[in-house]
Amino acid sequence: MEKNKITPDLRALFYSRMVLIRKFEEKIMVLSQEPGRLPGMQILANGQEAVATGIVSALEPEDVIVSNHRSHGHLIAREADLNSLMAEIMAKGTGVNGGKAGTLHLAVPDINVLMTSTVVGAGPPLAVGSAFAQQYKNSKGITVVIFGDGAAAEGSVHEAMNLAGVWKLPVLFICENNCWAGAQRPEEHCATPNIFLRAKGYNMPGHSVDGNDVEAVYNLSRKLSQHCRSGSGPAFMETLTYRMRGHGEQDRQHYVDPKELAIWEKKCPIRRYRKELLDDGVLNTDQIQVIDQEATARVKAAVAFGDASPYPGPETALTDVFVQPPNA
Amino acid sequence: MNQKTFGQALNEALTIALEIDENVFIAGEGVGVSIHQDPNMATHGLLEKFGSRRVKDTPVSEAAIAGLAVGASCLGLRPIVEIMFFPFITLASDMLVNHAGKLRYMSGGKSSFPLTVRVKAGVGFGAGSQHSHNLESWIAHSPGLKIVWPSTPQDAKGLLLSAIFDPDPVIVVEDMMLFRMPGDVPAGDIRTPLGKARMVTTGTDCTIVAYGSALYTVMKAVESLNEQGISCEVIDLRSLVPLDKACILDSVRRTGRLVVVHEACRFCGFGAEIAAMVAEEAFDALKGPVKRVGAPQGPIPTAPTHEKIFKPDPDNVILAVQEAMGR
Repeated sequence: MEKNKITPDLRALFYSRMVLIRKFEEKIMVLSQEPGRLPGMQILANGQEAVATGIVSALEPEDVIVSNHRSHGHLIAREADLNSLMAEIMAKGTGVNGGKAGTLHLAVPDINVLMTSTVVGAGPPLAVGSAFAQQYKNSKGITVVIFGDGAAAEGSVHEAMNLAGVWKLPVLFICENNCWAGAQRPEEHCATPNIFLRAKGYNMPGHSVDGNDVEAVYNLSRKLSQHCRSGSGPAFMETLTYRMRGHGEQDRQHYVDPKELAIWEKKCPIRRYRKELLDDGVLNTDQIQVIDQEATARVKAAVAFGDASPYPGPETALTDVFVQPPNA
Repeated sequence: MNQKTFGQALNEALTIALEIDENVFIAGEGVGVSIHQDPNMATHGLLEKFGSRRVKDTPVSEAAIAGLAVGASCLGLRPIVEIMFFPFITLASDMLVNHAGKLRYMSGGKSSFPLTVRVKAGVGFGAGSQHSHNLESWIAHSPGLKIVWPSTPQDAKGLLLSAIFDPDPVIVVEDMMLFRMPGDVPAGDIRTPLGKARMVTTGTDCTIVAYGSALYTVMKAVESLNEQGISCEVIDLRSLVPLDKACILDSVRRTGRLVVVHEACRFCGFGAEIAAMVAEEAFDALKGPVKRVGAPQGPIPTAPTHEKIFKPDPDNVILAVQEAMGR
C-alpha cells in the first residue's frame, strides 16, 4: 500500500544511490590495501547500502543527520560532493574538512550532516542537542542519529533517549543493527534480541525493519520522521542488516562463519533491488548498465581529484582549534 | 557600585545573558527548581523570570546535559549548562573532551561550539572526595576547551558573561567557598576578558600566582610576609586557558621568584605548568627555587582534621615563599 507512493523515478534514484555507495566503498577497499594510500582505518558499510539510502532519502533538507564511524553511505545518500569526500578520506587539503577529519570524523554541515562521532554511542547525546535547538527555534527540521547495535550498550544512548522522551524532542534514533559489534554477536553483548523494544522504556514508538529492503526502510523512516516532525516527540527504528566486511579493513573476519557470509551475500540489498526493478519494468538492463558506469566514472573522478590534491601544509595543523585562539 | 555576593553576581550575569540574547538558554540539574532556596545560588529565581523554555531542569544525566550543549551550540544556540560538582564532570567528559574540544577542529573550522559549562568546585565543606576534587588540569590539558576560575564577585560576573559570549567552549569554575562573599560589582553588561590575569598587589621579592579561593589564603600569608619585610606580587590568574603568560613572566622577571598556590593536588597540578613555563622562558631571571603549594596526592578526606591537610593554609604559603627566598 505504502509502496504505491514511491514513484518509479524515486525507485531508480534509490538504486543509483545504493550503487554509488557500493562502488565508492569498493574503491576504498582497493585503496586501503595500497600502503600509504589512505591514513587511519577504513570502516565500511558494504551490504548496508539500503539502510543509508532508505533513511536519508526519506528526510527533508532541513533535517539534521548525526552519523558515526561507518558514515560514507549516509553522506553519499545525502549527495555530499564525492570529490571532496574522497579527498578527505585521503586526508588531502582539498577534503571537505581540510584533511582534519579523515574517514572517521566526516562532517558536512552545509548539507546538514552536522556531526560525526567515532566515539561509540556519542551520537545520541549530540542529536539531543541538535533536536533541542530545532525545537527551541520552532524549526520544521528533525534530527536523525544513526548508531550501531554495539553503541546501544552505551549509557550515553540511554541518557539521550530518556532526555528526548522527557522533553519530546524531534529525534529519530536509528539503530543500524549489522549483527556485529567488533567481533561480538548481538547475543554476546545485548540482553535483548530486539533493541527497538527499549523505545517503550523511554515512551517513544519503536519499530524494526528489514534493513536490506530499501523501500521498507524508506517507508518506515518517512512514517517515524513525520511522527517526530509533528511535535509528538522522538521515535526509534532498528534496521536489521549485516556487516559484510570486518569492523575495519584490517579486520580479516576470522570469527565469522563463511557460510553465514554466503547467506547474506545472497540477501545483498542491491542485487535484490535490481531484480525487483527489472521485474517491475522500472529499469531495463541497459539503464542498469548506465547507472553502474556512471557510478564507476564518478568514483574514478573522485579518486583522480584526491590524487591530484596535496596534503594540507603544516601551516594549517593548528588552525581551527578555536574560533578565537588564546593568543589572538 | 552595587554590593553583591559572588553568587548574586553570577546570577546577574545569567540574567543579563538571558535578557540580551534569545539564543541563550540554561540547563542542568536543579537550575530551575532547586533543593536549595538560596538567593546566593547562581540560578536562583531565573525560572520564575524567564520560564521553562529557557531555564530547563534536566534529568540526572551529565552526558546528555553536555551533549545537549554541544549539539545545540552547533546549531547556533548559546547553551549554559551546569554540572553540579567538579568531580561529576567525569560523567560529561566524553562530550566535553572528545566533542566540544575537537569537533570544530575535525570539521576543518566549519562548525563552532559557543557553549558554557558552569561547575562548582571547592575544598573545605566536608563532603569528601566525590564532591571535592578540582580537575582544572584535566580540562586545561584537553585541546579546544577554555577554562576560567573567578575569585571576586566582579570577575564572577565579568568572566561568566565573557564565557557565555565567547565563540568557543568555556568551562567556568565557581568556587563554592566564595558564594557568600560580598564585593563591588558594576551594574550592566560587564566583561572580564578571557586570558587576562589580575595584578592584586605589586611587590619586589616574590611573585605568587593563585586562583579561586586559594587567592584569599595567599592574601592572608602576604600580610605576615609583609611584616617579615618580604614584599610579594600577587597575581590572580582568573583564566587558565587562555593563560596570561606575559603577566606571569613579566612579574617573575621583576621579582626573580615564583610560588604557585592552588587547592588541587600539586602532582601534575596546574602549578606544574606555570613552574615549567617559567623555568623554560625566564630561567635567567630566577634567584631561587620555584615552589608550589597545593594538596597532597590523595582523595580529599571528610574528617576536618584530615581535610585541612589537603587545603593550603597561609602557613603553607609563608613557608613556600621563605623557601623561595632561601630563608
